Amino acid sequence: MLVALILLPLLPAALSLVLPWYQLRSWLLPATGAAHLGLVLLMAGGAPPTPHSWIGLDALSRLVLLVTSLLFLGCAFYAVDYLAMRRDRGNRVMVPCLLVFLSAMTLAISARHLGLLWVAVETTTLVSAPLIYFNRNRLSIEATWKYLLLCSVGIALAMLGLMFVGYSALGGGAAASLHFDWLLERAPSLSRPWLHAGFVFLLVGFGTKVGLAPLHSWKPDAYGEAPALVGALLSGGLTSVSFLAILRAMQLMSAAGDQLMARQALVGLGLLSLLLAAVFMVRQPDIKRMLAYSSVEHMGILALGVGIGGLATFGALLHLINNALTKGCLFLTAGNIQRAFASKHLSEVRGALSVLPLSGGLFLAGFLAITGAPPFGPFLSEFTILRGLFAADRPFIAAAFLLLLAVIFIGMGATVLAATQGEAGEPPGRFKDRLLLVAPPLVMLLLVLGLGLYLPEPLRQLLEAGAHLLEVRS
Amino acid sequence: MSDVNSVILLVVILLNFFTLGSARLVACIRAVALQGALLALLPVTVHGFSGHSLILALGAFTLKGLFIPWLLLRAIREVRIRREMEPLIGLVPTLFLGVLATVAAFLFADRLPLLLEHQEGLLVPASLATMLTGFLLLMTRRKAITQVVGYLILENGIFVFGVLLSTAMPLVVEAGVLLDLLVAVFVMGIVLNQINREFATINTERLSALKE
Repeated sequence: MLVALILLPLLPAALSLVLPWYQLRSWLLPATGAAHLGLVLLMAGGAPPTPHSWIGLDALSRLVLLVTSLLFLGCAFYAVDYLAMRRDRGNRVMVPCLLVFLSAMTLAISARHLGLLWVAVETTTLVSAPLIYFNRNRLSIEATWKYLLLCSVGIALAMLGLMFVGYSALGGGAAASLHFDWLLERAPSLSRPWLHAGFVFLLVGFGTKVGLAPLHSWKPDAYGEAPALVGALLSGGLTSVSFLAILRAMQLMSAAGDQLMARQALVGLGLLSLLLAAVFMVRQPDIKRMLAYSSVEHMGILALGVGIGGLATFGALLHLINNALTKGCLFLTAGNIQRAFASKHLSEVRGALSVLPLSGGLFLAGFLAITGAPPFGPFLSEFTILRGLFAADRPFIAAAFLLLLAVIFIGMGATVLAATQGEAGEPPGRFKDRLLLVAPPLVMLLLVLGLGLYLPEPLRQLLEAGAHLLEVRS
Repeated sequence: MSDVNSVILLVVILLNFFTLGSARLVACIRAVALQGALLALLPVTVHGFSGHSLILALGAFTLKGLFIPWLLLRAIREVRIRREMEPLIGLVPTLFLGVLATVAAFLFADRLPLLLEHQEGLLVPASLATMLTGFLLLMTRRKAITQVVGYLILENGIFVFGVLLSTAMPLVVEAGVLLDLLVAVFVMGIVLNQINREFATINTERLSALKE
């Protein structure tokens, strides 16, 4: 079943290479996305993975899989109308790359062997590079080069990290293995220095892909120059997948009884990400780069939450869902605004609300959601993390967290309000809101709103099971 | 077999110095090809003949020693670049830094809590020295193609370390890793070509429009 889920997108990907009809090729995306989501929902139950399984789903991977699948479906519908507008660029590269991207993300989420996880994550880097280069101009090539080189080097360091983890298991008599569940079982007997070194390299390597500061330098460029739907998929899907890889390393450290070191590292990186995002978001004149820094910020929040532990872990996992869906909404609407004004710079984007009432409104609402305004989901999850901070008796970190969130709210608000309010100076282009360009972000925002008002019981159980996996095993 | 290993690893380290000190790109790529081809022998010389080590060696030899260098050579023929003209730091200082890094790698490897059977031999220090060389190239060179060479040397260093635990790495995963490396270089080659077409140079310092 899981194998079918991983291979599912590859068939339409192959089909898209030979199909001669442009529209039909685009429609392969939502069709695959819907089938993928359907299968994911069907597989809600299921046995936990065994020590020597290659793939399997536990609570954490189910959560990330659900989020990724939902986000992909939304972006896929958006892609149909987007690609219809961009016939000059064609979709012969975009469609197969997006589908292979989905397959690689699914593989990375379900991998229970660290080597397999690595291969899948590196594959996501490689297939997303052509997606970032979609616009084929000087800026997008610069962004693609930085993304490709930095992420490849980062991932190479993660490879070294998992080799260190493998080395820590050598010498125990039995043949070493990189099966994750096997490692978890034997974690207390792993060689400490090598395990610690492995954790650090895994954190740096996958942290580069997550975009935690100070490893985020590719992020504003890549998100800024990529098409909006690619930005949405990267900032909501790929970051969550890479964060899951960090969580795996964290799980290993907890099982070995060295949780403290892992937690301190995550808290440090998390606070640094929040700080750097706050610095660069104030007076940011480019709406997509602003969203990229917002992504750095929210990855920082995730790291902080998991680093604190307890209630904050639960909050961080909930925030993972909220962040992915809200980022999806924001990027997709920002793409519409960029198309209408032929710019993403504040010097030209003015009065988006009057030009594009729907996209502009959704962008504004998405901004309120992502900065933690009630009653949206992120408010709930950030508040839970804050409660977790106080419960863990870390008042100074809590104060810093609140202060940075306030700075980010003001900084982001200045940019967003300048873009949406006021009079549109230039007579805007012919772009108008279209159904498929507005419905996906609307649905994502409604989901985030729903999550803020009511947390369904099965989802709550899933989050608790996930948080439990990250706690100390005793 | 440990003599053979030592000879291979010494040549690998010498090739590190060669790439750091050479301004000719073709020579650099050939050096990396030779390095990759030599490293591909390690699984066999260290672990002896077995199905696993033979396939791994063959795969690594074809990709690292032949196919990837061929891709790179083709790429520079298309963009007509011969020399690394203006590295950020001169060639002699980088060479000096490379020597320092290698010495540091040897000193550091001595202090690592290695298993008894790995304490002798050059495997770990050579791996560390090669990785550091890759980083030096990545940081000090401006041509996009030299950065790819640096990335390849970094990967070579990691490959050497991987030889220590080839039992833990199933063949499927090794194959996946090599395949990813190949695709990475292939994609980088394409991007390289586009950079050249767009900017009429492959100096990455021109790639600086995106900043705050």
